[in-house]
Amino acid sequence: MLNRFRADLHIHSCLSPCASEEMKPKAVVERAMTVGLDMIAICDHNSADNLFAFIEAGKQAGLSVLPGMEVTSKEEIHLLAIFNRLEDCLMLQDWVYQHLSGKNKEEVFGSQTLVNEKSEAIGYNEKLLIGATLLPIEEIVSFVRNLEGIVIASHIDRQAFSLIGQLGFIPEGLSLDGLEISPRTSLEEAKKKYRSYQHLAFVHFSDAHSIEEIGRVSTEFLIKERTSREIKMALHSQEGRSMAEG
Amino acid sequence: MLVKTLGLEVNTGSDQLHQEVTGGYVGDLLSDVIAHSASGNIWVTIQTHPNIVAVASMKDLAAIILAGGREPDPETLKKASEEGIPLLRSSLPAFELVGRLYQAGVSGIVSC
Repeated sequence: MLNRFRADLHIHSCLSPCASEEMKPKAVVERAMTVGLDMIAICDHNSADNLFAFIEAGKQAGLSVLPGMEVTSKEEIHLLAIFNRLEDCLMLQDWVYQHLSGKNKEEVFGSQTLVNEKSEAIGYNEKLLIGATLLPIEEIVSFVRNLEGIVIASHIDRQAFSLIGQLGFIPEGLSLDGLEISPRTSLEEAKKKYRSYQHLAFVHFSDAHSIEEIGRVSTEFLIKERTSREIKMALHSQEGRSMAEG
Repeated sequence: MLVKTLGLEVNTGSDQLHQEVTGGYVGDLLSDVIAHSASGNIWVTIQTHPNIVAVASMKDLAAIILAGGREPDPETLKKASEEGIPLLRSSLPAFELVGRLYQAGVSGIVSC
């Protein structure tokens, strides 16, 4: 039995230096439920440090929170990696951290606040999360796929930090699960503009950096249960799973 | 000629270096290079992904120069040699390199 679930799978927490300090578990989960989302994913820049707190807060409130990360490749391309299990995302984090250098300058880039499930600030991440890793895009895609995660190229309609902006076109043989369109472009426009990539799934997520941006666009998945595995099936139109604009 | 003057290291396409140079372009955002470079341009970049070869071939560029001592990805080298695209390297940062190219007579699209 398949059900419709409205998802916004690209939300930053207060750990991302560029996101608002208000992006803490309680506020994010409440807002997501208020705007009618059935599931979200937290995808901070190059870190999974706040995921446990958000997943716990989601459990308490009855909202599915998937573990994710927005990884920056060597070519300065943003990629969303979304998993079922936190452990898998933490494995990605270990690998990303080994290839990410530099120290954050809070006064320049913003603070990188660590939180617990009660939304209390418990410290700061000191890495330069806004920086790029030394990892080629192809390696990131295969690493995430080996962990059975979903890989989606972020905001391909933007010039900055997007696959198409940085590399001009999608390299042949790159096994992506989908392409994210930012809220500034309608899905209809995007499907026209990127017609040559229509073999890939187009998804609309908010890339929220502040509370009011959560769910400003979303994607509805027709799936059996709220797991990344089911979403992956929907992205590839397998076994009756499908998607539509939320 | 330029290879000697600027001390460039030739990685691939050494037999294609006779092509006439029409000018130069600098950029690491390949979408921008596709939009604004012109046929016969020398392209200075620090982007090392294999897609740079496809862009150079698509736009019929005279050569790619990787600035700042960047190493091409192995796949990039392979593609460049397959397609006969001159892939050069310079240890100079892009700013210095472009300055010297300009001094050597290579200009951009806008001539003054």
